[in-house]
Amino acid sequence: MSKTAPAEKKNSSKIPSEETWELRLYVAGQTSKSVTAFANLKKICQQHITGKYHIEVIDLLKNPALAKGDQILAMPTLVRKLPTPIRKILGDLSNTERVLVGLDLRQRGEQAA
Amino acid sequence: MKTKNTKVKELRPLEKISSGISGLDEITGGGLPKGRPTLVCGNAGCGKTLLAMEFLVRGAVEHNEPGVFMAFEENEEELTRNVASLGFDLNALSAQKKIVLDHVHVERSEIEEAGEYDLEGLFVRLNYAIDSIGAKRVVLDTLETLFAALPNEAILRSELRRLFRWLKDKGVSVIITAERGDGLLTRHGLEEYVADCVILLDHRVNEQLSTRRLRVVKYRGSVHGTNEYPFLISKDGFSVLPVTSMGLDHPASSERLSSGVERLDTMLGGKGYFRGSSILVSGTAGTGKTSIGAAFVDAAARRGERSLYFLFEESQNQIVRNMNSIGLNLGQWINKGLLQFHASRPSIYGLEMHLLTIYDAVKKFKPRVVVMDPVTNLVTVGTEIEVRSMLTRLIDFFKTEQVTALFPSLTTGDSSSSEIAISSLMDVWILLRNIESGGERNRGLYILKSRGMDHSNQIREVLLSNHGIGLVDVYAGPTEVLTGSARIEQAGLEKAEVDRRKAQMDRRQREIERQREVTSAQIAVLKAGLEAKIDELNQEITEENLLDQVNAKSRFNIAANRQADVEPKLKTNGHSAGTPK
Repeated sequence: MSKTAPAEKKNSSKIPSEETWELRLYVAGQTSKSVTAFANLKKICQQHITGKYHIEVIDLLKNPALAKGDQILAMPTLVRKLPTPIRKILGDLSNTERVLVGLDLRQRGEQAA
Repeated sequence: MKTKNTKVKELRPLEKISSGISGLDEITGGGLPKGRPTLVCGNAGCGKTLLAMEFLVRGAVEHNEPGVFMAFEENEEELTRNVASLGFDLNALSAQKKIVLDHVHVERSEIEEAGEYDLEGLFVRLNYAIDSIGAKRVVLDTLETLFAALPNEAILRSELRRLFRWLKDKGVSVIITAERGDGLLTRHGLEEYVADCVILLDHRVNEQLSTRRLRVVKYRGSVHGTNEYPFLISKDGFSVLPVTSMGLDHPASSERLSSGVERLDTMLGGKGYFRGSSILVSGTAGTGKTSIGAAFVDAAARRGERSLYFLFEESQNQIVRNMNSIGLNLGQWINKGLLQFHASRPSIYGLEMHLLTIYDAVKKFKPRVVVMDPVTNLVTVGTEIEVRSMLTRLIDFFKTEQVTALFPSLTTGDSSSSEIAISSLMDVWILLRNIESGGERNRGLYILKSRGMDHSNQIREVLLSNHGIGLVDVYAGPTEVLTGSARIEQAGLEKAEVDRRKAQMDRRQREIERQREVTSAQIAVLKAGLEAKIDELNQEITEENLLDQVNAKSRFNIAANRQADVEPKLKTNGHSAGTPK
């Protein structure tokens, strides 16, 4: 875990870590918000962590029991399982800036290059 | 399903479900609204979570209504541990699928908002939990933590509104807890959304004694008690104490119980107290209140009935020893299990806790007779109004249980107002009074009132000796009542008077006797005299007759001698009248 730590210190949108990003997107059915969220997520991942990510979409309407595990309340919620620590981003991910901050891909307050 | 049921019984205004909390159903006239949310608000540590948990557990255990506890503050393990002290085994209930605990934890630092969202996740979780066990009851404890966890209050508010709507549609009965806010019922104005039933809990400290209180602020579509009701959290859970139970419909027995003092029974229409009545024995210090209580308990034990004796002043050993001195062996009844003492300082806890202890002890021991000695000591714990309301509840409770209760009450000097305040609740009021006269103090007893029976209006003197309690007639003179030595002295005087009169009567009797003797003696003398006179007179008559005859004979003889031609008329001689004898 300590290996990934330097990545956070660098003021770069590039992630040097070799780890794959494990992302979970919790949705409740095929709502417009969930569709938007998935599209936004894909776009961001392709831009910033190309090829190093794995997105799992969990539909709580199909698997309601899974909501408890990640303490999901809001829909949609993106959970960064790896790298640790766990981060949660609520909403349809339309605010890219906030998503990047939430995923620790960018420091809070830093402007996009 | 629920809504269909309510449609069948259209005329019924509102269906209610038992809250499972003792007393709360009475205040709310049957319980919480069925299929609707109830808001329970109050400050930290006033028992919101506990009330909600008991609602759930009692529902699951007693009414076969499974429940979901969604906890936003404590996790499952903490909750389980916390309520284990109340005897709720949440692990077992979870295993039986009667209760689902769901801990919702939102870590603010993990969260970033990026775009629009809703709280569908919460709905999904809740829905899943409800459906997994077919829950009928739901607790959300405390939703307000969401305000801290989720930055967007606008979304939260609209989602909460949707949540309550959704819960109503789901037909589950819900308790939502919330923190009390400044000047508001809840910090975040949840009462705006939950409008059906609002219960406010309060925890107040008054003169170092804490009292918990509950108030039903609103209950849409139902009448409810509007007062503040004290409540308790004890080892048996939550209990609200309504000032009185719903009606005054307790049975009235016509069975009579001996007071344990023979003469007192006589004063009470010859038979003693009614079963289930409440008796106030008031008096100043040292007038024998406890002794009257102990005698009553003793009499109950002799009948084989159990009694409970609450002591607020003395210890058990002390009273047993003291009562030995008036010939009451209470120790034997304790050993036989017919008598139990509960000694406690009034100030160790608040009135409500006392009330609960008494309730508890009575429920467990099931006595037929209860003595609370002295009931006035409870006044030190609460105000007069509180004490009165507590006693009302107590008496009500005793009557429902058909327990005869005796309340020795200490009065100071002149008859105190507290005595007057509680006396109207009592069926029998026995007043013990110190009567001072002639340099000594004696105990006087009289019956001020005794509902439903003929009772003596006389003052009696109480004599405490090693033979027990005796009541004797006092000397009621035209100006004053005499007791003690004055009474004995008076009795002596009266006895002397009686003796004197008796002697006088005897003397008169003897006088008559003597007079009679004298008279008869005189009669005898006169009689003797009379007889002597008669004898004398008879003698004279005889002599006269003889003389007559002699004379006649001699005249005849003379005539014969003279050879007279006239025949002497011997037989027709007038003087011969006295001669036939």
